[in-house]
Amino acid sequence: MPEEKGWKDMPRGGMILEPGNARKYETGSWRTLKPVMDPNKCIHCMFCWIYCPESAIIVKDKKMSGFDLEHCKGCGICAKECPKEAIEMLIEEK
Amino acid sequence: MPKIIAQTGDDAVAEAMRQINPDVVVAYPITPQTEIVQYFSEFVAQGKVKTEFNCVESEHSAMSACIGASAAGGRVMTATSSQGLAYMWEVVYIAASYRLPIVMPVVNRALSGPINIHCDHSDTMGARDSGWIQIFSENVQESYDNTIQAVRIAEHKGVLLPVMVTLDGFIISHAMERFEMLDDEIVQRFIGEYKSEHSLLNTGHPVTYGPLQLFDYYMEQKRQQHEVMKFVPGVVLEVAKDFEKVSKRKYGLFEEYKMDDADFGIVVLGSTAGTAKTVVDKLRDDGLRVGLLKVRLFRPFPAAEIANSLSHLKAVAVLDRSDTFGGLGGPLFEEVCASLFNYQFPEGLRIPVVNYIYGLGGRDINLDHIKKVYADLSEIVQTGKIKELVQYLGVRE
Repeated sequence: MPEEKGWKDMPRGGMILEPGNARKYETGSWRTLKPVMDPNKCIHCMFCWIYCPESAIIVKDKKMSGFDLEHCKGCGICAKECPKEAIEMLIEEK
Repeated sequence: MPKIIAQTGDDAVAEAMRQINPDVVVAYPITPQTEIVQYFSEFVAQGKVKTEFNCVESEHSAMSACIGASAAGGRVMTATSSQGLAYMWEVVYIAASYRLPIVMPVVNRALSGPINIHCDHSDTMGARDSGWIQIFSENVQESYDNTIQAVRIAEHKGVLLPVMVTLDGFIISHAMERFEMLDDEIVQRFIGEYKSEHSLLNTGHPVTYGPLQLFDYYMEQKRQQHEVMKFVPGVVLEVAKDFEKVSKRKYGLFEEYKMDDADFGIVVLGSTAGTAKTVVDKLRDDGLRVGLLKVRLFRPFPAAEIANSLSHLKAVAVLDRSDTFGGLGGPLFEEVCASLFNYQFPEGLRIPVVNYIYGLGGRDINLDHIKKVYADLSEIVQTGKIKELVQYLGVRE
């Protein structure tokens, strides 16, 4: 997480002046369940990519290719929506 | 050359809005503010302003749209009264927290219930802690002058806060008075051009207004709002000085009327100051040294300056056109008491301060009422005793 600013250094009115800085907020630390994809079942329909509230589905060459675990909160929506049950939510272990 | 004309307060404020020519006005009509919006809409229809004028379905929507338009970088105005202000409540706070320089004339009217359309200050007093600047007007001229000055105060780079300019419902809003209207070009030159630093429409530098701030940032933002208020009185005085150059009319944080050698005096807001000045003159003719302090800037409250102005008096009465029901007294009374409590008096000295709640729901306040207040003060000075700390003035027992 970025360092928290004092009131003197904060932009006026709590404005966010830097576009796209939500990326710096690593919501992955909230996770208790981790998504795991079975490449044999995945048909790359991109349902998970559409539904993921954190844009944490990594797409390469038009194919679902994993999860951005720095931002995935482990909500499980991808697993729920996957038509092929290719995503499983496993208990996060250190 | 300024024009001398006879107009109502609502007329005069609408004229001020025409001369300001805001980018956006979003409003919903409510008695006794209706004529402001009505006259302004005529200016729009006649092509006398370039304003994008929107009639929305409620005050909640009006203030919400104003916030959007102001964040988009426009010079934005609206106007309301009473229940309308109450209805826009939650967004009123948001305008201040986003630091948007929206100017809103508020025609003071009693809050329901019971339902009433006439003047008291309960509507804007309810919004006193919303983070808006609040400027009170005594008559038509001041309502007009304050509306124009409010634009400069709100948009000052060191301020960037929304401003309410109040005028007493019907007493000012619907009474015709002689007033001096400045030339359009002079008003335009006085307010200048508004350039928003962070416009939502500037796609080259996108910004976010109003993100969620929990225990991590909310308090820092409130601390900023606390701090910026300290800067406001200086700006109000600076703008008043510039305004004097174009209008020859003097404004301050408050007006002192025959206070210099006064033994006792009253503190008051709005149109009642006019009535009270007449009483001061009459009592002065009788040899009584009485004075009056009319508060212009209520938020932020110029506590030290007001305490200093009252510090030589032997007794003070504060007239409140609203009640706090269970507080110490009326809101102005509480401010004055708190200001004097923190003033560095010589050891042992304390000024007796009493409070009168008057004029609720438009109840008339006349010369005799105010004479009674001065008579009470005279008695307090002579006996050193306060019979009643807070009392209703002009109520049937």
